[in-house]
Amino acid sequence: MLGRTANGLYWMFRYIERAENGARLIDAGLRMSLTRSEATEDDWDGVLQSAGVRELYDEVHDALTSSDAIDFLLRDHANPSSVMSCIEAGRHNARMVRTALTRETWEATNECWIEMKAMLAKKARPADLPEIIDTIKRRAGLIRGAFHGTMLRNEIFNFSRIGTFIERADNTARILDVKYYVLLPAVAAVGSSMDNVQWESILRSVSAHRAYGWVYDAELRPANIADFLISNGRMPRSLAYCYEKIVSNLGYLAREYGATHAAHGTAEQTLAALRSRSINDIMDQGLHEYLEEFISDNNRLGQEISDGYRFYH
Amino acid sequence: MVKNKGTTPLAFDEMMNADSSPRQPYSTYNEWYASQDRNRLIAKSREAENIFRKTGITFAVYGHADSSEKLIPFDLIPRIISGREWRKLAQGIEQRVIALNAFLDDIYHKQEIVRAGRIPRELIEKNDAFLPQMIGLRPPGGVYTHIVGTDIVRTGEDQFYVLEDNARTPSGVSYMLENRETMMQMFPELFHQNRVRPVENYPYLLRQSLASLAPPGCSGKPRVAVLTPGIYNSAFYEHAFLADMMGVELVEGSDLRVIDGKVKMRTTRGYEAIDVLYRRVDDDFLDPLTFRPDSALGIPGIMDVYRAGNITIANAPGTGISDDKAIYSYMPEIVEFYTGRKPLLENVPTWRCSEPQSLTYVLEHIEELVIKEVHGSGGYGMLVGPTATRRERAIFAEKLKARPGNYIAQPTLSLSTVPILVNKGIAPRHVDLRPYVLVSDKVQIIPGGLTRVALKAGSLVVNSSQGGGTKDTWVLED
Repeated sequence: MLGRTANGLYWMFRYIERAENGARLIDAGLRMSLTRSEATEDDWDGVLQSAGVRELYDEVHDALTSSDAIDFLLRDHANPSSVMSCIEAGRHNARMVRTALTRETWEATNECWIEMKAMLAKKARPADLPEIIDTIKRRAGLIRGAFHGTMLRNEIFNFSRIGTFIERADNTARILDVKYYVLLPAVAAVGSSMDNVQWESILRSVSAHRAYGWVYDAELRPANIADFLISNGRMPRSLAYCYEKIVSNLGYLAREYGATHAAHGTAEQTLAALRSRSINDIMDQGLHEYLEEFISDNNRLGQEISDGYRFYH
Repeated sequence: MVKNKGTTPLAFDEMMNADSSPRQPYSTYNEWYASQDRNRLIAKSREAENIFRKTGITFAVYGHADSSEKLIPFDLIPRIISGREWRKLAQGIEQRVIALNAFLDDIYHKQEIVRAGRIPRELIEKNDAFLPQMIGLRPPGGVYTHIVGTDIVRTGEDQFYVLEDNARTPSGVSYMLENRETMMQMFPELFHQNRVRPVENYPYLLRQSLASLAPPGCSGKPRVAVLTPGIYNSAFYEHAFLADMMGVELVEGSDLRVIDGKVKMRTTRGYEAIDVLYRRVDDDFLDPLTFRPDSALGIPGIMDVYRAGNITIANAPGTGISDDKAIYSYMPEIVEFYTGRKPLLENVPTWRCSEPQSLTYVLEHIEELVIKEVHGSGGYGMLVGPTATRRERAIFAEKLKARPGNYIAQPTLSLSTVPILVNKGIAPRHVDLRPYVLVSDKVQIIPGGLTRVALKAGSLVVNSSQGGGTKDTWVLED
């Protein structure tokens, strides 16, 4: 396979994952502003930070308003991580690697782009937001479904999956990092409604507010939330889960190619650390420092994969 | 009951006779059509558009920044050709393609046709499409034109003409395949009622045909790749589609490099050799070391690999000369010279404006003629005398007088019509036909092809770049 094709697949799936996560973040932000008695633009400040575009927002806008923040996150081309920018970039990559995809996967991607382009042609009215967010999630689900149902389990599949999980791990880590302070035991006044809203919004950003109750107890506890999103190998958006998938996909590549690269060692080390360290240990050592290091390691892994498999564009 | 409204007078309609009865190849179809609800067909027409859009069957129109991806309109009334008609066409095309390959081999070797005085020497040697770099070089298997798309027009029951040979890089075959796919998806019953010969195996035949012409230096299973100028090329969809359907790599010039005398691609495992390159990049851009030095689309040094017999390039560089319209005018002589027989398919009578007598005739009859640039294609740079304004004709006449050698003229043929679906029913529109031909140790002609249709009433310009559409083309088993 061409190094350019591997690179295109990797980024196609990173962008689609990012678009879907963007929709979840907006969803969580909307929910938070509904739950809060006093209308606050601060909630959107957190959402923009989680999306990693807080500074970029200030370059384009003079003031922080919920309406501008939503538009910036959803469809602004000045924001390369806006949902629409990601869908366009994902589809552009898909078109470039068209020959590596099944017809179903390509069509699902192309139709996602066609529908979202029409839906996001104009600034969204608040009343339309739930439907828009729903459509993004549904379209991303259709791409995933076509991909899982029809793609041969070969290197094409592996590079695509690695892109998905590098992106997802990055997104989950960022969401946690932006809100790490509300999870700190010292600050948390357990039981206050303010904290409950914040905690729930973290879970909601990763569509895990229901699942949490099944795994832990009904009460939201900071350590449990952190555990769920970092160490729980059954939670499909946790760091541990993402790394299990990355390690296993890299493993398939190692067997197919008969060789390993620096990336294999890095990914296995990260996974081993995720498995061995307890959440209390992590919290004691400093959640913020831990997450910062994780995000930087995750980026490094992406670079090592790109080098090892000769990506280029 | 099918009504034939607004027919261009004198045009031969392939579906309906003058007495409004269907022609024989259309008899089964016409019965089906008569039983259809018009609103359903119009809805189906929209459905077809959606299928094309979601599949991404688009082409780019150069110079339209805002509309970088366009659909070619698809009309759902098929173009139907009887088995008998097809056999006649196929024989003529085969003869012509064999002659073309012999001609190309000859002009790059002994030039016997020139020595025999059948073709003027300067027409070959002063031609931009003639590549001196190809002199004395014989491609693997002696095949120059691996893929040909012969453009055919019809003017009557038994009157077919070859309009162009398209031996360089014929495009449009993806539309032939997708049009059929779409028709089968929308109207499966039609394919039970009519015995339509399949075209679906084209990608398989193409791959087989290309692989069979791998260079002698290739050991093991030949590795085939499609070379595209890239994602922004107007035919990118087709390049990706063909690579996908054949199960081979789609590559760009920047993916390839000449290493140790082989053309290799950058893969996730390192550099790997390619044996057969189906290139959709023009000669000029193929090798910056040999041709245009500013080309970023090509592979530096590929011509050396080619000369050393370590790669097959399809179609061979230098085949473009046979698409030249001045050369075209000599095709009857060319066919006869190499096959020893009269051509089975007619050429459109052609005046070479380089000849003073012809120029005089053309200038006197400009309002009846179609005048084309010798090297032009895509319907650009031509004058359709009968529909042009007096002023347009006067301007063109000046161009003609200034550079007569740059033009040829042909009578305005009354192209046959096939109906298209319009809001009020059906209406005849002019069509042409491009069957696809694969050349290896044998000549294979895919039974079908691309029917292009002028969507404007009375228009003779069928090019997609100028508002033409396409139809599924059926060759019946009979």
